[in-house]
Amino acid sequence: MDGDYAIAEGALAAGCRFFGGYPITPSTETAERFSERIPEVGGVFIQMEDELAAMASLIGAVWGGKKAMSVTSGPGFSLMMENLGLAAMMETPLVLANVQRGGPSTGLPTLTGQQDMMQARWGSHGDYEIIALSPDSPQECFDLTIEAFNLSETYRVPTLIMTDECVGHMHEKVVIPPAEEIELVERKWYNGPKEKYMPYAPDSDGIPFMVKAGDGYRFHTTGLTHDERGYPVINAEQQDICVRHMVEKINNNAEKIIRMDEEGTDDPDVVVLSYGITARIAVKAVQGARKKGIKVKNIRLITIWPFPEKRIKELAHKAKAFVVPEINYGQIVLEVERCVSGMAKVIGVPHCGGGVHNPDHILNVIKEAAK
Amino acid sequence: MTTAEKTEEIRNPIEEFMRMDRIPHIWCSGCGIGTVVTSFVEAVKKSNIDLDKLAIVSGIGCTGRVAGYIKLDSFHTTHGRAIPFATGLKLANPELKVVVFSGDGDISGIGGNHLIHAARRNIDMVVVCVNNFNYAMTGGQVAATTPQGANVSTAPYGNFEYSFNLPYLTEAAGATYIARWTSLHMRRVTKSILEAFQKKGFSFIEVIAPCVTLYARRNRLGQGLDLLKYYYDKSDIQHDADTRDLDIGFQEKIVVGKFVDKEKQTFLERMNEHLSDKLGDKYQYYGKETK
Repeated sequence: MDGDYAIAEGALAAGCRFFGGYPITPSTETAERFSERIPEVGGVFIQMEDELAAMASLIGAVWGGKKAMSVTSGPGFSLMMENLGLAAMMETPLVLANVQRGGPSTGLPTLTGQQDMMQARWGSHGDYEIIALSPDSPQECFDLTIEAFNLSETYRVPTLIMTDECVGHMHEKVVIPPAEEIELVERKWYNGPKEKYMPYAPDSDGIPFMVKAGDGYRFHTTGLTHDERGYPVINAEQQDICVRHMVEKINNNAEKIIRMDEEGTDDPDVVVLSYGITARIAVKAVQGARKKGIKVKNIRLITIWPFPEKRIKELAHKAKAFVVPEINYGQIVLEVERCVSGMAKVIGVPHCGGGVHNPDHILNVIKEAAK
Repeated sequence: MTTAEKTEEIRNPIEEFMRMDRIPHIWCSGCGIGTVVTSFVEAVKKSNIDLDKLAIVSGIGCTGRVAGYIKLDSFHTTHGRAIPFATGLKLANPELKVVVFSGDGDISGIGGNHLIHAARRNIDMVVVCVNNFNYAMTGGQVAATTPQGANVSTAPYGNFEYSFNLPYLTEAAGATYIARWTSLHMRRVTKSILEAFQKKGFSFIEVIAPCVTLYARRNRLGQGLDLLKYYYDKSDIQHDADTRDLDIGFQEKIVVGKFVDKEKQTFLERMNEHLSDKLGDKYQYYGKETK
């Protein structure tokens, strides 16, 4: 099956029973698949009137007790930012997949891009942290969708799957394990005395418990800066507590969240760092570089946000240079530069979208970098 | 008399439904929103609804603050998105009775698209739309509901735009229950909300309410009482009136009443029936709506 279908299957396997969608190329197949499958599983697919509504419906559905997701691409991703911010503020676990295409604006509806990577981090206004994963195959679309649900429930945070048109439309074999072999994280339900429930009181692990509407808690939640009860508090002191909590619950757990594939020598001349479809192209360039005797470490980011700052800093002490190919004009490379902090050269290999890199082009940059 | 007895004596009869730890509220003296809240709570009291199964969703604005004051499962969401939020909430947990309580700018301005689509789908929810003819929270700007000729801060020479006739709009979109009152008609508002509670489907109740601080002051219409006097003098009860004739001119007649009350399958009823027909035993019947 293709990557888009695999996302729908991963969502169903993760227990997602609500999908609020809006069609947009090249992500629509996920919505189609979900709408075809959900009647036999028990749940709701609804095609909303726009992406603003789709995202709002997800948050409502989660507070109604369901696991919920949506899928979109560039223009829809922009519209969803409004309520993605509300989801972050309300600490609402949900999953959104962005099958990226070339932008800006309508851009290249049918052709690939990785240009929303920075928007994924802070595309909605204000300070918050989020989790974003990047699959490089249909199999990983399935696996990471389940992981995205697990992470979102663990940290009560919206979680993004940042794939792209190539992976979304790529047909490969996908192994779906028996349900009992799939590890699922269920919602952190509160079960204390009803009158004591506070939707934003952090538990010992920093993550507040959840309830759903209809169970008699009579709780309140708001997009305003709020206290532990969910009541609005409009002052700088509460803002500090509220924002710090949303940011730190992710940053303090970054090492637990972050996953990457690392391959090759631990004493590299050059580190090649990429993600998603570009990682599959970069492999070829890395092989070519090794044939030329260049010591290369190849890194494929699976988690994009939070960013693997610690590991990159370690490698910055050892490598001469980092090479960062990506299908945008230079986004993740800026984050690598920040982490490397002048200890090594950082060279981006931009591609403005509409296709993937030519591996020879990446190879030439590696050769230059190794000098 | 002791202080305790005194407190007992002046206890507001709707207190048990309110988050008293959030009072005083933010509304201005003379504002009509509080009156509509009272009418709503009276309807809740008179209904047999299990309060644990009643949820309230607001958007942004003066009326958007209602959810925060009522002691139910309550959601203060983004500007214009109360209805799609409520759609997700209702569909995820069909046993809930979901009320959207928000203002004209929120529901018919920025949220207009969601209003018509929720009505089209006949999502089972009650929408209470307090219409004060302007964007009040931000200082009294022109709204989709501002009558022509009224002076508001972003139409400083008077509003020349045509305004929405909300009962007509919602009827065309498919709502199954539509009423309009003013905040003066407290018992009628209560009755309409009560009727809407007892119906399945998309119910829309518009309540015209005074904005004393901004709309009335700018238009030299006097205090809250003067506006209630206007409602008293100029509102005309015409049940079943043709919704095409319900435009509201500046300080002109306001036709009020119950205009639409019909039966139609809800979104979930349609979904269950249709998919059962198509898929037979393979279909997993979904949820159960409570009346």
